[in-house]
Amino acid sequence: MTPPNTSFTASSASARAPASAPASPNIRAVHDDFHGDLLEVSMGPHHPSTHGVFRMNVTLDGEVVVKLQPVFGYLHRNHEKIAEQNSYLAAIPYTDRLDYLSSLTNNWAYVRAVEQLVGIAVPERAEYLRIILGELARIINHACLVGFLLNDLGTSFTPLLYSLRERERMLDLVEELTGSRMMCNFFRFGGLRADVPADWLQRLDAYLGDGFARYLDEQDALLTGNEILLARTQNIGVLPPALAVSAGISGPMLRASGVPYDIRKVDNYSLYGRFPFQVPIGDHGDCYDRYMMRMLEMPQSVQIIQQAIEELPSGDFITPKQKNAGLRPKVGETYSRIEGPKGEIGFHLVSDGTGKPYRYRVRPPSLINLTALEDMCIGQTLADTVVILGSVDIVLGEVDR
Amino acid sequence: MLGTGILKGLFITAKNLVGSYYDKERLTTLQYPEEAANIPENYRNFPFLVFDGEDAVSTLRCVACKMCEKECPPQCIYIVSEKDEKGKIMRRPKVFDIDISVCMGCGICAEVCPSSAIKMDHIFEVTAKDRFSDLLLHRDQLAKSVDYYKQIHPTDFAVEEKARAEKKRVAEEKAQAAAAATAAKAAAAAKTATAATPKTDVAKAATATAAV
Ligand code: SF4
Ligand code: SF4
Repeated sequence: MTPPNTSFTASSASARAPASAPASPNIRAVHDDFHGDLLEVSMGPHHPSTHGVFRMNVTLDGEVVVKLQPVFGYLHRNHEKIAEQNSYLAAIPYTDRLDYLSSLTNNWAYVRAVEQLVGIAVPERAEYLRIILGELARIINHACLVGFLLNDLGTSFTPLLYSLRERERMLDLVEELTGSRMMCNFFRFGGLRADVPADWLQRLDAYLGDGFARYLDEQDALLTGNEILLARTQNIGVLPPALAVSAGISGPMLRASGVPYDIRKVDNYSLYGRFPFQVPIGDHGDCYDRYMMRMLEMPQSVQIIQQAIEELPSGDFITPKQKNAGLRPKVGETYSRIEGPKGEIGFHLVSDGTGKPYRYRVRPPSLINLTALEDMCIGQTLADTVVILGSVDIVLGEVDR
Repeated sequence: MLGTGILKGLFITAKNLVGSYYDKERLTTLQYPEEAANIPENYRNFPFLVFDGEDAVSTLRCVACKMCEKECPPQCIYIVSEKDEKGKIMRRPKVFDIDISVCMGCGICAEVCPSSAIKMDHIFEVTAKDRFSDLLLHRDQLAKSVDYYKQIHPTDFAVEEKARAEKKRVAEEKAQAAAAATAAKAAAAAKTATAATPKTDVAKAATATAAV
């Protein structure tokens, strides 16, 4: 796969003309004789392109966005306070419902935080299995995102259906292992809920090497060089690196802006240090680069999974005799983060020594990545805001919590 | 050349269109009510209670320890233990309700249960006429026989039975060893007794030591 404009290094010469700086919000006087009034459009919360119940109050000058106000909270479920009412174990199934496209990495982030708080060691085999499942979640998420992004561009369904078709195959495997397609609830303090059978791993390996590889090639041929896609995404919604860093953007969106920051490499958590994978870095920070980040991360994740399956040691899938129910950590607090498919997903836990967390706080990548939405949309047309929002990759379950 | 990307894409969609009629792998649609999908063993939906014998109430495995009630994330389990006439708590639930309109199917109850009494079911076609009362399942509605459990979770059942047999064997061996030890002790005591007070009845002394 050779993407035209994205490279693995942070600074390669740009093939594209630099994007014009985003126009300031006050493009024209409001009651300009010739141009008439500004128009305020409320997009959402039921708009199909807003990926859930999200609303954008967009102020338009003709077709150009001059102001954008995101409105969210429609899916608020009091996640954090519910977790503070429950035992530590009982919060795991709730984390499934944060970013419900990648529940496995949510589980992982939470479980790691508790392990750090209590000081639980994880067996080597469990770490390998966690990496396999985490990367599988990343692939599922990115396959979905690519489909939905193309749907937002108006391809009405073809690439999305191809993506969902492959995702179904992976979800079949996930269901077989965890009992649920999306609400996996599979990670436990000290390891996993159950061992992963060898034939399951073999089937996953076979699928990734054959069916999924075919899908990647197909999607690449179908989309990456497509002139309409290029015209609709290149230089659209540019996010400058300085702004991305100061806004706390993370994940593929940050890397698309050319900032080489991947928590798997920076923190080297779990056993990622043993995996020589590459992290794609973008050049322009536009929608096209964000799309390419996902396309390029998928083969890397496949490679990690293949290596992990090959090197998988035997041993325990969970620390023997590890208590999960009725856990009472000592007084203290911790923050732990991992590289989720959407960015840095972290959990801040404060324990007061009882069986319930005193404070439970989620750092949701979707919400924080959304904060730069207005900066990316100003000066673009209304049709582009839909694409820009699609390229941010949000899941409202996580934004609203 | 402008447009080659689009042509390439159209070729792929055409290939997929044709494939969707002939490719075996692609013909995955099931005619749902007539054809049932294959449900994997680990599939979980709502919990049910397992009973071992003929009578659902008296052979229920549940000992009303309330572990599941405590750990259930949305707190949708409600248990009241049975009491005998004197008010002493018996190891049996009098009330065991699960509100399946609240249950999130997480399977934590099945995981924490120390007596393998609550398990995850495979049914997914649940209908009710009333939103509240019909979805609050009681003990008798939740109880299902161990044969049903064996049928839907053959692997788990086999593992559990093996563990149970092992436990029983260990317990029996322990009991035997304990009995042997008592016997040996009794014999030793009897010997000492005989040595100290030769006139005493040996058997009587041995029984007395064993009783202690
Ligand atoms: S499956 Fe989960 S939510 Fe349902 S009763 Fe069991 S513990 Fe509660
Ligand atoms: S954990 Fe098991 S034995 Fe205890 S109350 Fe629940 S179902 Fe009954």
